Amino acid sequence: MDQETRRGATLIAPPLLYALALLAVPLGAVLVFSFWTQDYLTVDRTPTLANYVKAATDPIYRTILGRSLVISGAVTVLTVLLAFPVAYYVSFHVRPDRKSLWLFLITIPFWTSYLLRIFLWKVMLGYNGVINSALTGLGIIDEPLTFILYNANAVVLTLSHAFAPFAILPIFVALEKIDRSLLEASRDLGETGVTTFFRVTLPLALPGVIAAILIVFIPTVGDYVTPAQVGGSEGTMIANLIQAHFGGLNDAPMGATLSIVAMASVTVIALALVWATRKLGGAR
Amino acid sequence: MTEPLIRLKGIHKYYGDYHALRGIDLDIRAGEFFSLLGPSGCGKTTLLRTIAGFEDVSKGTVVIGGQDMTALPPNKRPTNMVFQSYAIFPHLTVAQNVGFGLRKAKGTSEEKAKRVAEALQMVGLAGYGDRAAHALSGGQRQRVALARALVLRPKVLLLDEPLSALDKKMREQMQVELIRLQRQVGITFILVTHDQEEALVMSDRIAVMFEGDVAQIAEAETLYRRPVSRRVAEFIGTMNFLPATVGGDEVVVAGLGRMPVSSLQNTATTEGESVAGFRPETATLLFPGQEATDRIAEGTVTEVVYYGDMTYYDVRLTGAADPVRISMRNVFGRPVLEIGAQARLSWSPGAVTLFR
Repeated sequence: MDQETRRGATLIAPPLLYALALLAVPLGAVLVFSFWTQDYLTVDRTPTLANYVKAATDPIYRTILGRSLVISGAVTVLTVLLAFPVAYYVSFHVRPDRKSLWLFLITIPFWTSYLLRIFLWKVMLGYNGVINSALTGLGIIDEPLTFILYNANAVVLTLSHAFAPFAILPIFVALEKIDRSLLEASRDLGETGVTTFFRVTLPLALPGVIAAILIVFIPTVGDYVTPAQVGGSEGTMIANLIQAHFGGLNDAPMGATLSIVAMASVTVIALALVWATRKLGGAR
Repeated sequence: MTEPLIRLKGIHKYYGDYHALRGIDLDIRAGEFFSLLGPSGCGKTTLLRTIAGFEDVSKGTVVIGGQDMTALPPNKRPTNMVFQSYAIFPHLTVAQNVGFGLRKAKGTSEEKAKRVAEALQMVGLAGYGDRAAHALSGGQRQRVALARALVLRPKVLLLDEPLSALDKKMREQMQVELIRLQRQVGITFILVTHDQEEALVMSDRIAVMFEGDVAQIAEAETLYRRPVSRRVAEFIGTMNFLPATVGGDEVVVAGLGRMPVSSLQNTATTEGESVAGFRPETATLLFPGQEATDRIAEGTVTEVVYYGDMTYYDVRLTGAADPVRISMRNVFGRPVLEIGAQARLSWSPGAVTLFR
């Protein structure tokens, strides 16, 4: 080992050890656990696919995993659709010297803890919450709305709000990178403002939109706190189920299996999305 | 005379307090290669963009083809632009770029593909249609931008400093190609440039602009030989300036002597202090044995710059404070004068301009 190699190895050693101890080892442990089974109070260490068979056949697992993906999908669609106009406005209509101020303001929700923000949504959406009191007070509704808390809608709403900046920033960056003379060229070649958006702006912003989709979708599938707080029984997601297996249900191997299945599902969907955009992008 | 293709009447443009265009009146004829020439910040690009429709005017009218287009957006005008950055769509192929504006055009997709292929052929990029736009060189991008604008057969092609991003050799080649292309398609070209040489080489007529105003509109030769002001003369090529004093019908030019005012070119006759100027190639240094064909001025060589085919001499004329520059074609067998040598200058009053 020459000196340069040794110096390089010394430099990467701390983060490498950190990553191994806190990421690779736990991940490996989860993978190993997923092939074991729970035998009442002890863990049966005979390797078996029994848990995977159960995860694939038992309707409860499929239902909840499916629901998690649907909820995350809805969160992603809603977040990106709402984030795009914000990013567009900041990139195209805010004075250049004010842009950083706007970005700063967009990140303000992060000044409050994630958990506190979820509790605030409970206060807003609850039976006697801000929205219901306001609507009954105005005489628009007689009975408080119940479909806005303790179900999937509440989870979608809360997560969309929490992840909005993560979607706004990559889209903003993609829009900023668009050479403005391209938009003028499109106008010059006969397109209107609207058709220019669809023929030039949107295709060029696509990498940012894809990034936003992935950044929102991947972590929300595994989100645990929001469904636990505002989801109720019909808003339960896969992470809650995994937590239950490691905790109250005392079946760590099944929890590990569900974790692997959830990770695999997200990976497949994310890769499919990237592959599809590559295919669509064609010339790029 | 027929109606001009483009008529700009009293164009004013303000950016806040800044007066970018100060009452521009300009007629451009159909089929003309017209250049807007001036230093950066003179408003030439702004003027081009008002013709294209990217800038709305604060006052004045833009008439194209006999129709008032002052309020029309760029997509409704019969003009197409070649942008300084070329503005090639990076997400499209070369053919898709060139065909971008044909979406609303009449004809089948085969006909449109044919038009695209013809346009690419015209700019020397035949067979490049399937290339990704981002993989092109600067010169190729320029050609794609040209093809993309020309394929729409506009009445006017606007070129915003199209050659400034190219290296010298490429630029000279493209100058010639642009001239050829313009003759071939017969479309009116309006070129914005800060490069006086480029403007002289390419244009039928040139408008020289300073500070949001047109100083002179003329053909290249007129502009070079008969500049209307000292500023235009300085901007186009090189000119030697000597202090002059006008008294009645006579003028005394430092270093050149006394002569009738009427023997010089005049931009305006004024009494008192003035400036006279002449181009370096209009005067000749006399070598031993040569006889003067015109008037003679005496002086001393202060600087010699040898260029191979040419030599530039700086000569301080007797009675003048600053040296004048004389360019001489080198002749085989004739020695180059040295610094400090006595020089005799043969010059002609007809080539001297008296400025206000």
